Amino acid sequence: MKKYLSLFRIRFIHGLQYRAAAWAGVSTQFAWGSMTILMFWAFYQNSGNRFPMTFHQLSTYIWLQQAFLSLFMSWYFDNDIFESIIRGHVAYELCRPVDIYTMWFLKNMSVRLSRAVLRCMPILIAAVFLPKPFSVSPPADLTGALMFFVSISLGFLLMVAFSMLIYITAFTTISPLGIRILAVSTLEFFTGAIIPLPFFPEGLQKIMAILPFAYMQSTPFLIYIGSIMGPDILIGVLLQMIWLLMLILTGRTLMKKALKKVVIQGG
Amino acid sequence: MIELKDICKTFRVSKRNAGLKEAFKSFFRREYTCIQALDNVSFTINEGEMVGYIGPNGAGKSSTIKIMSGILTPDSGRCIINGRTPWKDRIAHVKEIGVVFGQRSQLWWDVPVIDSFELIKDIYRIDGSTYNKNLNELTELLDIGEIIRTPARQLSLGQRMRCEIAASLLHSPRILFLDEPTIGLDAVSKTAVRQFIKTINKERKTTVILTTHDMQDIEALTERIILIGKGKILLDGILDQLKKRNSTHKKLSVDYLGDGSSLSVLPDGMHLLDNLDGHAKIAVDTSILPVSNAIACLSKNMEITDISITGSTVEEMVVTLYEEFQI
Repeated sequence: MKKYLSLFRIRFIHGLQYRAAAWAGVSTQFAWGSMTILMFWAFYQNSGNRFPMTFHQLSTYIWLQQAFLSLFMSWYFDNDIFESIIRGHVAYELCRPVDIYTMWFLKNMSVRLSRAVLRCMPILIAAVFLPKPFSVSPPADLTGALMFFVSISLGFLLMVAFSMLIYITAFTTISPLGIRILAVSTLEFFTGAIIPLPFFPEGLQKIMAILPFAYMQSTPFLIYIGSIMGPDILIGVLLQMIWLLMLILTGRTLMKKALKKVVIQGG
Repeated sequence: MIELKDICKTFRVSKRNAGLKEAFKSFFRREYTCIQALDNVSFTINEGEMVGYIGPNGAGKSSTIKIMSGILTPDSGRCIINGRTPWKDRIAHVKEIGVVFGQRSQLWWDVPVIDSFELIKDIYRIDGSTYNKNLNELTELLDIGEIIRTPARQLSLGQRMRCEIAASLLHSPRILFLDEPTIGLDAVSKTAVRQFIKTINKERKTTVILTTHDMQDIEALTERIILIGKGKILLDGILDQLKKRNSTHKKLSVDYLGDGSSLSVLPDGMHLLDNLDGHAKIAVDTSILPVSNAIACLSKNMEITDISITGSTVEEMVVTLYEEFQI
């Protein structure tokens, strides 16, 4: 286990050193969050009573989304990993006494986490001091706060487990670009990254509930704002666990198959 | 102890002719050809041996190395290294081997080399004292003390290669696979790398398997060579014996004045290879005619300005072997 920890640590430290990028990210996400909130504000002015959450809840959702963007960003893929599969550097990684799946999983986690650590606080702190309906509110209750932490951790792992599947496809396709684009669009739409899931028509929501994507960022954020309450929280977290287990098992099986057939090209 | 028995591996390569029509056709139906990369490869290498694994490009050298290091799974055959099958017991197996692929880098590109070493230390769980001992020894032998604090991207190829070799030996492996370790290196770095490999093999009793196209590597390092061509082992033997077998042929390069008409008639055992503008190349079979006699015979008939004798270098020997086996 120690070797995996130090792999994680070294990547994490590596990720922390990009301060300029972090500040740029903070300001972009702050601007983006403000714009999204203002756009929703326009809709709420007209028919606010027909929406599934209050405007303050929505603002909170958007700020949480922006603050933890790095954990759930769908477009981020570690190019090192694609590069190592396509160019064959994976040969060296296979010569190490480590499990490749675990190693890549940790690598992804550490990059996303190191970015989130640098960015979440400035955004959240600034958002707390905004005027009332535009600010971030405290969690609905204590259980909500605790379960939010459990759920966001699980959602984060689920996100990484899903992107692992995309990396593994690079073993079988010469260029992973097509699948990447497809995956990014699917994720953006079905995880609630563009529009929070409760805003979708009921029929569509039912379909989304049986897909893994709703359990990535949507579940923890909805728990925080109190949209998911009581026993539904437990069901949500349980489904997160089940999906996580399933995606990891699928990933591991596919990886095993891919490595059996691996051909190191070029010398 | 490395034992390979009847290892076979085929690769499927897609092929199509040039042109739009062909490209369109291959969209629906693709033609594949199977390439037999390894065809019943068998050999045994004992502990502490140093073996040169040679063959032309595409002969299957790298594939063999990749199978032995657990990266590739062969189609059939048996491979037992220190009692384990590499591709089945990959993690346990790779702890005991070190691998250097001359054309790839294992060092982390934008951090100092020493950071990569530290990471390797944690990955292989090398304990502190062994790590320090190995690090000191390796930095001294490879003369990299000055450069390990530099990021890998700023190193020259020769410096980087020395660091790569050090990185693959930090965990004191029992077997070291070197896949073209001297590719692209200058003479000084080559000598340093060779000297080092020799020391490691002698002092640590590390088994070394080396693939290379540089015959000086082979000459300087290995006693035993294995020749592979078109996926088949063609020859497995002691380098010296091979040399003896081929040493009956010498080549004379002669610069002379005059028209060189006397070269048209040569005694038995001499054979004109090339004759151009006062420069001739003559093959001499020393089992028929000693070299001294051949020179005497030449100088009697013409005025020689310069002469050189090339024996059978390993390079030529290998060319002869390649020709002999038609690979």
